[in-house]
This record gives sequence, C-alpha cells and structure tokens, in this order.
Amino acid sequence: MGVLSKGEVKAYAVKPSEKGLTAGRWAMVIDTRVCRKHEPCEECIHACHHLHNVPQIPYKKHEIKWIWKDEFEHAFPDTAHEYANEVLKDREFLLLCNHCEHPPCVRVCPTKATFKREDGIVMMDMHRCIGCRFCMAACPYGSRSFNWRDPRPFIKNPNPSYPTRMKGVVEKCTFCTERLAEGKLPACVEACKHGAIIVGDLADPHSEINKILREYFTLRRKVHLGTGPSVFYII
Amino acid sequence: MLEKALVGSKKYYALVFFLAAVFLVGFFFFLKQLKFGLGITGMSRDVSWGFYVAQFTYLVGVAASAVMVVLPYYLHNYKDYGKLTIFGEFLAIGAVTMCLLFIVVDIGQTHRLFNVLLHPTPNSMLFYDMIVLNGYLLLNLICGWTALHAIYKGTKYPDWVKPFIYLSIPWAFSIHTVTAFLYAGLPGRHFWLTAVMAPRFLASAFCSGPALLLLLIYIVKTFTRFDPGEKAIKALAKTITYALLANLFLFGCELFTAFYSGIPSHQFSIKYLFAGLHGHMKLVPWMWTAYALMLIAAVLFVIPKTRNNLGLLPLLCILVVIGTWIDKGMGLIIGGFIPNPLERITEYMPTFPEVMISVGIYAAGFLIITVLYKIAISVMESRGLI
Ligand code: SF4
Ligand code: SF4
Repeated sequence: MGVLSKGEVKAYAVKPSEKGLTAGRWAMVIDTRVCRKHEPCEECIHACHHLHNVPQIPYKKHEIKWIWKDEFEHAFPDTAHEYANEVLKDREFLLLCNHCEHPPCVRVCPTKATFKREDGIVMMDMHRCIGCRFCMAACPYGSRSFNWRDPRPFIKNPNPSYPTRMKGVVEKCTFCTERLAEGKLPACVEACKHGAIIVGDLADPHSEINKILREYFTLRRKVHLGTGPSVFYII
Repeated sequence: MLEKALVGSKKYYALVFFLAAVFLVGFFFFLKQLKFGLGITGMSRDVSWGFYVAQFTYLVGVAASAVMVVLPYYLHNYKDYGKLTIFGEFLAIGAVTMCLLFIVVDIGQTHRLFNVLLHPTPNSMLFYDMIVLNGYLLLNLICGWTALHAIYKGTKYPDWVKPFIYLSIPWAFSIHTVTAFLYAGLPGRHFWLTAVMAPRFLASAFCSGPALLLLLIYIVKTFTRFDPGEKAIKALAKTITYALLANLFLFGCELFTAFYSGIPSHQFSIKYLFAGLHGHMKLVPWMWTAYALMLIAAVLFVIPKTRNNLGLLPLLCILVVIGTWIDKGMGLIIGGFIPNPLERITEYMPTFPEVMISVGIYAAGFLIITVLYKIAISVMESRGLI
C-alpha cells in the first residue's frame, strides 16, 4: 500500500502489462564499429520511421526525423579535431534523442507535454503540446522535430497501429515505450540484424549494458553540458 | 472618458481606419497560417524561432521602457515628466498587447494556448513570462487609466493606486529580465548563454523604448497642441544616451569574452552575424547597418550640441529605433540558432505572409496606442491643460 492511505488506489491510464520490459533507467549503447562494417545501412532508421509514421518530407527545412546518421564532426562537434584518423572521419553515427538524465527540454516545457518518466525515458504528450518549440531551442542535440505542416500526406505507407501526428506539435524518439510495454525491444534494436544497438538498465550494476560500458571505451554527446545523455557510443 | 475615442478630426478617423485595415490584412494571412501550419513562415527544423519571437522580444523591451518616465516622476518627483508618464504607460499597454499577439501567432497549436494555464509548470521560464507580461499589462491599465481619470475629474490620482505605481517599477524590470532568461538558460546555445543577457536586454530596451516614445510624442506634437516641454524632451534624450552607451558597452563585453577566450563555439554566431560562416551571410549587411546606426547615434547623442538640437532629435531617435530593432528583432534570436547544435548551417529569412502577419500585429498595437493617445489628448484639452 505504501504512501497511499486507506481506500486509495494507484491509478494507471493504461494497465501495465505483465510481460512489459522495465528498467530503473533505460540506456542504449551503439557499437559504431558494427555500423561501420555494414555501411551503407539504414535498417534501423527505416524500421523506426515506418513504425512510428514519421513522414518523409523532401523539403529539408520541414524535415522530421527521430533517428538519423551524421558524421563525427557533427555528432561530436566539441570532440572532433582536424587530426582525427580516417576511420573516425568517415564513420557515420546514429543520432537520436539521448533521453537525458537532466533534460533541458523537460525543464523548459511550459505545459509538461515533455516529461521524464521514472524509468528515465523522456516522453512527449502530443495532445498536450502547444507547439511553442521552446524544447527545440533547449535541446543541445537537435533531437526534436516540429510539424510545420500536416504530416499525413507524406506518410507513404502508414502503420495503422501507431498514431499519426497533426501539424503544430513537436515530436522525437520515444525509446519505443509502446513496444517496451508489450515486452518488445525498441524497433531500431530489433531491426539491426548485426546487433549494433543494445538497450538495458543503467541503474542495475549487473545489467548487460553496464558490463559493456565497463569493458569498452564509450563516448556520449556533449557531456560537458551536464545533461547526462543515456545513449553511449562504442568507438 | 472612452467617448473621447469616438469623436475626432478627419485625420484621426483616417489613421484609425488605415490601421484597422492593415490589421485585417494581417489577420487574413493569419487565417492562412492557421490552415497550412507554421510552414508558411521561413522557420525550419534548425531555426525554430524566427521573426515572431524576435518581435516579441523587442516589444517586451519597448513595454518595459515606460519605467524610464514613470520612475523619475513618481520616485524622484521629477515634475517635468508629469504629462509624459501617461503616454509612456499607454505605449506600454500597446507594446504588451503586441507581445501577447506575437506569442499567439507563434504557437503551433493556437487553440491549446491555455494549456499553459491548465498545466502550470513553474520550472519553465515561459510560465513566469506569462505571469509578468499579463501582470504588467494590468498594472499599466490601472495606473495609466486612473491617472488620466484624475485629470479628467480635475483631481489628484487616488491614494490606492500608489502601491500599484510603485509595484509597476520593479515589475517593468522583471518583464525584460524574465524574457532574457528564456534564452540565457539554454545549455547548447552559446550565443545566448551569457550572464549579461538580461542587462543587455534592459540597456537596449531603455534606449529603444524612450526613442520610440519621443518619436510618437513628436508626431502627437505636430498634430495637436500637446507639448511635453523642452526640459522633458531633453531629459529623455539623456536617458537614451546612457542606455545606448550601456548597450554598446555590453555588446563589447560579449565580443571580448568570445574572442579573447578564443573558444570557437562562443564565436560562431557572432561570426555568422558579422562576417558570415562558410559563405552563409544573409544577416551580415543587416548587422553592420544596425551597429553603424547605433554607433553614429551614440556619438551624436553624446555631443550636447546635437543631442539638444530639438530639430535633429527625431532623426537621432530613428537611428536608435532602427539600429536596436535590427539588433534584437533580427540578429539576436536568429543568430542564436546558427549554427545549429550539430554545427550545420540553415539560414533564415521571414516569408511574405510572416511579415504581413507581423505588420498586422504592429497595426493592432499602434491602433491601441492611437486611440489611447487620442483619449489622453482630448481629456487634457477639455481641462485646458494644453
Ligand atoms: S536529447 Fe534533447 S530531446 Fe532528448 S532528452 Fe536530451 S534534451 Fe531532451
Ligand atoms: S513545443 Fe510542446 S513539448 Fe515543446 S516545449 Fe512547447 S509545449 Fe512543450
């Protein structure tokens, strides 16, 4: 019963499923060496964008993306330098929301439409978002996209089991909360046949992901800003 | 008193109808924006705030600057500002109204605006901005209106407004400080991430606002018998001088920190604005114009002969208004987004509908100011004060 007094029940909007995957703090490791070996490969990006009805808008300024690839000097602008070796220079890095431990986007949102869950996932309520775009100004990773126009005409092959968005709201990677709740791994993890993406519980010292982090040298993006990204890159 | 707004000269009617018509044109484009979405503007994934937010920022400064006449009059009993304070307060009312309208048109889901009230979020600076802006509007309505009503009745303003007047003074500082905090607390935006952001905002506000007020007063003076008096005008010109110098000084501080420290990320936006970055230089001519105008104005304001030349003063005020407007209404907000967090460059220019919507909002604001000024003049005339 805990803190609830007599007669109170803990209410859930959706009853958590028995088989749902849970964690104290979700995190992701991307093995960029594996990605490099299989370039050009965009399986994870296609899987995510198809599953979540992310529109393919050709006009660059109105682009919407949840996960994409970019070069080292853009992914890690403050770590890149002109003497970096060739391998680093032409390797492409998967970029997505870092589900920060101290997310500036959550701090600035005036409606709590962007919020952090207990398991560390930074979520969006697209029905509450007023489209002020304060979160886009606050995110130091460019992880967020705004629907500058109705996105529906740009979804070629809509997935009926996931909602589409309307114009005027912000969206981004959700760490596939809808899949975790059903006991499935995030779409990008599942889509990568080469096992380049691993997710797990950072809060559990015995978790697989913590073992990997202890073993390999990893980078996180812009750690000096104090945001505490939960996405790690094996170089 | 409101009836005074309804009767006036042909010129007054013409101005009112002209402003109303421009507002309607803007409104028409706003309806188009509602239909299509904010994609009708020049904003993008990388430059996610543009002209609207920049105008909002500039006008918060204009609104705050009313304090530059209210403070000397009420706190230091500086009698020469007696007739001017009401005009300052009414300018503030028009400016805050424009600010609120610029927020409304910038929101992606306009009808959800009240979610800010439904889900109050005290960790967001926008929450405080909403409180201070609406509070400031209310304070100026109370103070300006009761002061004018007192003149109308031929009495002194009632004692109960005094606390509101005193409150409006720190409140004016708060609106522009909180507005600066919208930007100055964002971790990845180096151009904005500076402690002098709020002081710089206040400095630019306290020169641009009074300059705009002086210009409006000159217009009023041309068409009516109203005259604030040479002393008041010269005193306000001094305020503009100090604030303009402070504004330029604080910008110099920014330059020093960015370039003496040599940290590239602190320099990118400044370089983009003044020299261009990787061949992208859309804002360069604008920024040089802004700083040239402000520098020329600063020199002419400092020299007593030119500052006290009442024929030249409106021209100097125009230099200040244009210079600060480009600096804040174009450079400051847009510059903060370039380059983007991944150090890629997407440039920005407002589109035609975007400019028309903005012009419409300005027309609405100046319509409010026109009507309020008209009432004030008529009341003063009826009392034989002018
Ligand atoms: S990466 Fe950006 S959007 Fe994602 S949690 Fe961090 S600040 Fe928020
Ligand atoms: S755009 Fe939406 S999610 Fe982002 S800060 Fe505004 S209300 Fe919050």
